[in-house]
Amino acid sequence: MSNTLMTDATIFARRNLEHIRQVPEKLTNVTVQPLMFVLLFAYVFGGAIKVDGAGYKEYLIGGILIQTLAFAMMGPAMSIATDLQEGVIDRFRSLPSRRSAYLLGHYFAEMLGSILTIVILLGTGLIVGWRTHAPFLHVLEAVALLLVFATAIIWLGLWLGILVRSPDAVMGIGFVIIFPVTFISNAFVPIESMPNVLQWVASVNPVSVLIAAVRTLFGNPVSPVTKHVWPIDHPITAAWLYSLALVLLGWVIAQRRYRARTTD
Amino acid sequence: MYDNSVRHTKTLEPPASQRASRTGGITATGLGKQFGDLWALRNLDLHVAPGTVLGLLGHNGAGKTTAIRILTTLSQPTEGSATVAGLDVVHQSAAVRDRIGVASQQSTVDGLMTARLNLLTIGRLRGMSKAAARQRGDELLEQLDLTDFATALVKTYSGGMRRRLDVAASLMGNPDVLFLDEPTTGLDPRSRGDLWQLLADLVREGTTIILTTQYLEEADRMADDIVVLDHGETVAHGTPDGLKARIGDDRFDVKVAAASELVAAASALSAFAENDPTFDAQQLVVTAPIKSGVRVIDIVRALDEAGIDAIDITRREATLDEVFLALTTDRRSHQEIPA
Repeated sequence: MSNTLMTDATIFARRNLEHIRQVPEKLTNVTVQPLMFVLLFAYVFGGAIKVDGAGYKEYLIGGILIQTLAFAMMGPAMSIATDLQEGVIDRFRSLPSRRSAYLLGHYFAEMLGSILTIVILLGTGLIVGWRTHAPFLHVLEAVALLLVFATAIIWLGLWLGILVRSPDAVMGIGFVIIFPVTFISNAFVPIESMPNVLQWVASVNPVSVLIAAVRTLFGNPVSPVTKHVWPIDHPITAAWLYSLALVLLGWVIAQRRYRARTTD
Repeated sequence: MYDNSVRHTKTLEPPASQRASRTGGITATGLGKQFGDLWALRNLDLHVAPGTVLGLLGHNGAGKTTAIRILTTLSQPTEGSATVAGLDVVHQSAAVRDRIGVASQQSTVDGLMTARLNLLTIGRLRGMSKAAARQRGDELLEQLDLTDFATALVKTYSGGMRRRLDVAASLMGNPDVLFLDEPTTGLDPRSRGDLWQLLADLVREGTTIILTTQYLEEADRMADDIVVLDHGETVAHGTPDGLKARIGDDRFDVKVAAASELVAAASALSAFAENDPTFDAQQLVVTAPIKSGVRVIDIVRALDEAGIDAIDITRREATLDEVFLALTTDRRSHQEIPA
């Protein structure tokens, strides 16, 4: 009688997509918000920020991609926290469905959102004048890296959602973590423009490494490295290592936390 | 096409042979659950025969929900063991989940989906085909009088409608054993009556039910057996009538003409009473549990000698409320005595 893990996960994913159909506003953070960021930075800040090489718009897209995908941690965290608060997880656990299918279903649904985000950002980028200057395979590698990073972020988000006890707490904690981590990086301004201490922080920040890797693979301008540490000097290799390690970490802690939370 | 759909309809109701072979009983032996230093449940023994209803009674925090969570595989017992439908709740939890339906205290239907989609999702997660899940869902919406709201978002539902949808969700898999945690809380009297009727039909078809409730009327009406829990421990176990007979001697209600006579009436009654008589100053009634063998005429004489103007004297059985209060208050005062 029981389904395969994939069937159950798909049923759970459909449930999330149904939520979006009923409350389309839930999609704003993966659609309208990144679009708004591109336009604001390109036209409001763009004139004031000087980047070597091509224009600011070419610099911006790599930063915004990683920043938006990092903020996508909030989506899964909110969904899980809401489910836990409302007690629906107990209902699902009393059904003969696979225990791990629930988290996997959330991952599938959120991943669709992240893919949509990447498409929108690249599309908006092309409209405002961003171009790639690299072989097609490099561009593909950049997209693959983005997808792996998105996977890591979603599992970390699922972990966060199980860890905290209410959707409101997710908002608070999420902003406090993600804002500084994404802004103290090379996302929007070259690291050389920061005070010395922040230059160190930004240089070891994995977000900077990922952004540098994406920019390099797209053939877009990369901000000069001022503090030489291995990851920022070898951004592509380091970005893959960071992303894969985060996928593993996120997956393990989300599963463990879920198991602990649903065992009493 | 047409033939196919007809066949589908038929397979929804399990054949009579399958019904008859249901082994939906529940047993528990020395079941206990500890949270930190606190035992939420201790030494629970149950034997619920297939096709019967067990009522779990108790105040909030008495251990009812803990017992249900263990029996529905959501929680691991600290000690003891239990079987549901002949399957061990710890070691055969997946098989247990296949045979049970659960409607927990919290509404667990999804507010952002329609009633129909909620039931479809649950049916699909139980491994039903889309067509079968849809059909079973519509059948249950009809039975629980929700058909008119089948395509409304559940967040627009009233509390009572949500409760009924919860019950519908718990019935999706034709469960052998049904767990209902306060199923009629928040229902209006008519819906409550309808639900009782539906549950009675299920029991007649062989379903075993455990229900927790704070409404003693509900336990009295539905349950074949009652277990009263207090502070995690079983304080009484028996049939509703048995409990009333065991704990409750017959009650005498004496209605007096004026409030000033209440105390005098009580002291006249106390010679015949098992416990101190109680007052209802609003209704001007003194109630006393009377020792066996006492006749109405004895009471009348005593009241007359004390010069009390008794308007009415009624002899009656103890209500389950009185039994429940007697059982749980006794223990409570015991526990509050410092060691």
